[in-house]
Amino acid sequence: MRRLWFEFTESWRIAYAQLRANRTRSFLTALGVIIGIVAVTLMGTAIAGINTGFEQSLAMLGDDILYVSKAPWMRDDDDFQYRNRPALKADYAERLNAIIEATPNSQLVIAVPSSASFKKIKRGDNEVDRVMILGTTDAFSEISPTEFREGRFFTGEESRGGRNVIVLGFDVANALFPNESPIDRTVTLAGQHWRVTGVLARQGSFLGLFSFDNQAILPLGAFQKYFKGKNRDESDIRVKVKDKNKLAESKDELTGAMRRLRGILPDEQPNFAINAQEAFKSTLGPIQAGIAIAGLFITSLSLFVGAIGIMNITFVSVKERTKEIGTRKALGARRRTILLQFLIEAVSICVLGGIAGIGVSWLLFFAVGSAFPSFPISFSMQLVFVGLFISVLTGVVSGFAPAWTASKLDPVTALRYE
Amino acid sequence: MSTLLATPPPAVPIMDDPNDLRPARPSGPLVIDIENVTKEYQMGAELIHALRGVSLKIFRNEYLAIMGPSGSGKSTLMNMLGCLDTPTAGKYEFNGRNVAQMDDDELALIRNKEIGFVFQTFNLLPRSDALHNVELPLIYAGLGPDARREQAERTLTNVGLGNRMHHRPNELSGGQRQRVAIARALVNNPSIILADEPTGNLDSRTGEEIMSLFEALYDQGNTIILVTHEADIAEHARRIVRLRDGLIESDGPSGQLRN
Repeated sequence: MRRLWFEFTESWRIAYAQLRANRTRSFLTALGVIIGIVAVTLMGTAIAGINTGFEQSLAMLGDDILYVSKAPWMRDDDDFQYRNRPALKADYAERLNAIIEATPNSQLVIAVPSSASFKKIKRGDNEVDRVMILGTTDAFSEISPTEFREGRFFTGEESRGGRNVIVLGFDVANALFPNESPIDRTVTLAGQHWRVTGVLARQGSFLGLFSFDNQAILPLGAFQKYFKGKNRDESDIRVKVKDKNKLAESKDELTGAMRRLRGILPDEQPNFAINAQEAFKSTLGPIQAGIAIAGLFITSLSLFVGAIGIMNITFVSVKERTKEIGTRKALGARRRTILLQFLIEAVSICVLGGIAGIGVSWLLFFAVGSAFPSFPISFSMQLVFVGLFISVLTGVVSGFAPAWTASKLDPVTALRYE
Repeated sequence: MSTLLATPPPAVPIMDDPNDLRPARPSGPLVIDIENVTKEYQMGAELIHALRGVSLKIFRNEYLAIMGPSGSGKSTLMNMLGCLDTPTAGKYEFNGRNVAQMDDDELALIRNKEIGFVFQTFNLLPRSDALHNVELPLIYAGLGPDARREQAERTLTNVGLGNRMHHRPNELSGGQRQRVAIARALVNNPSIILADEPTGNLDSRTGEEIMSLFEALYDQGNTIILVTHEADIAEHARRIVRLRDGLIESDGPSGQLRN
């Protein structure tokens, strides 16, 4: 054990001397590892960032909300069979609420209608196109965690009366009212004037597809009056559940309630769909994993190239020092000693490269972080350890073949080598 | 210059029969016992019989030279004696232990503890100073840093390099380098010192100095085996073994003893 320790320290000493003596060569070799480590750590955090963004997006949909609509969100068969299904009506919400209330120990809390349309909103010379206009009731504030930058949601009275009041998303409010508070001001939408009651706090975008900050919410009555024409009573239904861990049970209960409401016989197929955010998860999960695996695989190729560089330079080092290996063997170095010596030499280049690579990554994170504060990457201690672990592993893997060759050298041949 | 050179040359032992060619001084215990050793190796398509049946006994505190032209099996025998190589057939016992059957690591241990190598080209580590070069066998022996340093310093002082310990090989003369190498060979108190053409890379004056050092080491009780093709160098030894075509041609006292 003691002897192994001395051999170990001697090996580090040799490695250090070797690095010092061959600075340029060591640096160029380490460069391969530096690039590899930077690529792998960047890709690793980018993937982690994507995952975080994904989770955050799903959380926006609400993990305790069921969505009743004509068709399932995620489907692989064709649209046709869903298109002819009867539309969901806004008054289902009230009727569902009656059923919920009549059901003892119901897993459901409340049903809220919500209709959506994309429209242009104007305020003086400012306008925002393709704003998601959401028509709903005041109960919406109960099922969706709506935080306000300022103002309030519309009241029950405003909702029932279908008044021309509107709640603006963060970005919409900023675009229309760059320099003033929008509260109690009016905006123009569908040729009508709407009084702003509140502005939502910043929420972010859903999977980068559309922004929750680019929406406006108004009473369903008003929505139906100005936006829907003959399909005015059509609306999706959102239902909040009591316990998000009993989503399946809640889904069953909701399905039962909807069947009752529509008078669907037990042997008939339901003509509606109940969606939840987990549908996204199960569909996007494998895609996400695929991206992660492909990304890491491609970036680890650059690390692999670095490892080949290490292997190559260690082979060169063994060749150059064949006579030294012979001498050391003559003086009593065992196979293990020689193996350790070259392995440590390879590992030390990799670790130096790894440390430099982590440093470069840190600088890049710092730069990206300051330039794009919303970009979901972050530098962590965990990353440092993973980076160092990968570099040690690279050193061991790439140094092993040359070190093994060195340890197997016949001392007589090695001593004779010029 | 050297503490060792100060010692007077040894008194020449008196031999009973000056024409007796058997081993000159079977005085100490047996160190090396080789019997009917052969060594074959493949060189391309050709099978080389480097040793064809060599028997040799070497006792403690012998001073022996192995001579022979190139191709005589001299180097092969030296590698065998130095436990760098094992025989194809035959018996090799080192201090009573069977070397012929040892594996690589056991051989490494024997080389480390029992054999001190001195090479023609010195074979010092270029980037290490004299002290660290001499410490190397002690590292492989598992000695702690303090003991290592102390022992290496003592040995370097003993070969007259007490003031050159922190010089690197390229800061030393050829003779000084060979002294470092000799100190490295001595530092573990080996049973034999195996010197392969130790003066081959030195001018004749420096060569003589090195030979005086060997003489002094011999006087201190060391067992020395010289491998050389130079007759005048071989004459420093007390016993000369001549090889030819893989066989021992002659084995007897050197001129020093026969005079």
